[in-house]
Amino acid sequence: MSTATRVKATILVRPKEGILDPQGQAVEGALQELGFPVTAVRIGRVVDIELDTADADEARAQLERACEQLLANPLIERYEIAVER
Amino acid sequence: MSERRPRVGIVVFPGSNDDRDAAWALAAIGAEPVLVWHAERELPDVQAVVLPGGFSYGDYLRAGAIARFAPAMRAVAAFAAEGGLVLGICNGFQILCEAGLLPGALRPNTSLRFVCRDVAVRVERTDTPFTRRCRDGQRLVVPVKHGEGCFYADGALLAELESAGQIVLRYADGQNPNGSAGDVAGVVNADGNVFALMPHPEHAVDPLLGSADGALILASLVDAAAERVGASLTASGAPV
Repeated sequence: MSTATRVKATILVRPKEGILDPQGQAVEGALQELGFPVTAVRIGRVVDIELDTADADEARAQLERACEQLLANPLIERYEIAVER
Repeated sequence: MSERRPRVGIVVFPGSNDDRDAAWALAAIGAEPVLVWHAERELPDVQAVVLPGGFSYGDYLRAGAIARFAPAMRAVAAFAAEGGLVLGICNGFQILCEAGLLPGALRPNTSLRFVCRDVAVRVERTDTPFTRRCRDGQRLVVPVKHGEGCFYADGALLAELESAGQIVLRYADGQNPNGSAGDVAGVVNADGNVFALMPHPEHAVDPLLGSADGALILASLVDAAAERVGASLTASGAPV
């Protein structure tokens, strides 16, 4: 089997600490209604991505730029990039 | 006289839905509106640009996040960099923040509800091209209709905007419809030529529709645009 020429990655985008997350609050309230002992919920976003490169480091560098330019708004969100090796 | 009307470009994105309302209102006030398709790489000969309300690109990812990469936005950024007048309304505000042409960000309303109603805003500055027809502290009644209008700036940025006088409009006491920091309803950039607001002035230009206060903002822009063609705006019917 030849080496894959694509890199898979997962990006987590979360609201920064201190940023009000009304969606998380609403879900927190609903979970409490259901009887779950929930004390905090924050909701972010998962982006599964495949890149047309075989180089994981290159992929990470590309994804850093993608996050800064589009996938996250650095003013209000932070992100984590996990590249599958 | 018609050839002396200032031309105001209105960028139409896929999902814009107040572009024609803005064109109608600007024409009623004495401008010549020019619709500009988002795929255009250059702006036509215009003295001002409006980014209208709507849901450009379905508001996917974050409101305004994808529209900022439209070819026309590159032209708008260049226009703004040269001092061109740019007005963002609602989705236009979101796009300008995402594009970095205005400070801050617009987040989902703290209520998580879409709000659609008249709100009162207070004019904090009248020495801008967008508010020159208003009186200091004037209360304007203008409708809002948005789900993501909660202006966010951290404490340091908000203080900076306050001290630099960049907060041009605030929701009146008890009127903040979305949880915006500092009750901010409209901000201007440091150079004073790019301004945006969440309320819709184009929907408040005729008393028959409940308020004509929005015409003050659009007429301010049209006046300022008219000076840029070297003509004074004397179109009859222009609101005072």
